[in-house]
Amino acid sequence: MEIRLNGEPRFINAANLTVAGLLEMEQVPSPEMVAVQIDGEIVHRCSYHDTMVGDSNQVDLLYFMAGG
Amino acid sequence: MNLTDEQMDRYSRHLILKEVGPEGQIKLLQSRVLVVGTGGLGSPVSLYLAAAGVGTIGLVDADVVDISNLQRQIIHTTADLNRPKVESAEAKLKAINPEVKVEPWLLYLDASNIDNIIRQYDFVIDGTDNFATKFLINDACVLAGIPFSHGGILRFDGQTMTVLPGRTACYRCCFHEPPPAKSVPSCSQAGVLGAVAGMLGTIQAAEALKFITGAGTLLTDSLLSFDAKTMNFRRIILRKRPDCPVCGENPTIIELTDSEREACGM
Repeated sequence: MEIRLNGEPRFINAANLTVAGLLEMEQVPSPEMVAVQIDGEIVHRCSYHDTMVGDSNQVDLLYFMAGG
Repeated sequence: MNLTDEQMDRYSRHLILKEVGPEGQIKLLQSRVLVVGTGGLGSPVSLYLAAAGVGTIGLVDADVVDISNLQRQIIHTTADLNRPKVESAEAKLKAINPEVKVEPWLLYLDASNIDNIIRQYDFVIDGTDNFATKFLINDACVLAGIPFSHGGILRFDGQTMTVLPGRTACYRCCFHEPPPAKSVPSCSQAGVLGAVAGMLGTIQAAEALKFITGAGTLLTDSLLSFDAKTMNFRRIILRKRPDCPVCGENPTIIELTDSEREACGM
């Protein structure tokens, strides 16, 4: 399937992929570091293992940044 | 209120902007902006606000200037080492623009003092270095109805959004709750390119000036993020969430509480 990840097209060589799986694939060191938005809806942190990423989804990984 | 001849000269580049003009400049001179944190973000923000003639600038910081600050906190100099940051910053703002009133707050914001302080200002800039205060500023500003600019930086990255409470998405609509302790590296652990603080802080200052003058459209309902390594800027559209714990339809956060402050070492 093909998704848009952070605005860029991305081919995913899998039919089924959870948000948790995507974060792992993207080598996000810890799922707690990001807020995940799929097609404009925020995915709650506790449902990363239950939420599927589907073909043509727009997925945004929004990193927490505390620095000031 | 009329502008003096000296003000006509000082602010001439604002006055010829049709979106600002004398009316906008007078609004700036009568405005009050609170800058929380006088560090990497607060430095450029407060310098530009003072130069622009924002009438009253509040500065909040309990820290003193450390030598590791000077790589990016451009309002402080080597001669200011160990001096309270708000005092050091006040001197620079006064030097740029003596007609600006500076209100130094030598303290950390917490649940007991934040409401009283932010209500004295028209707009708040979040230039803090820890999630506890970022979420506290969001919640306090949403509850008090005070518009603010969120800002965060790390390594080569920056992010910012402007929040008009009750009307546009808030920080919690996107980030919901602070990440667990130690799950996100701090700038003292992961580093930050000094100029990234300037890039992000300058955007926050521009948002404050736009809010006060009414010029343009604000960075609301979206998160602007950039990566200075590639200089890619991206604007992610956000929505005000009906289930947001503070600005949603059935909020669970109806009063302020303190969570542990984990400094980013900024």
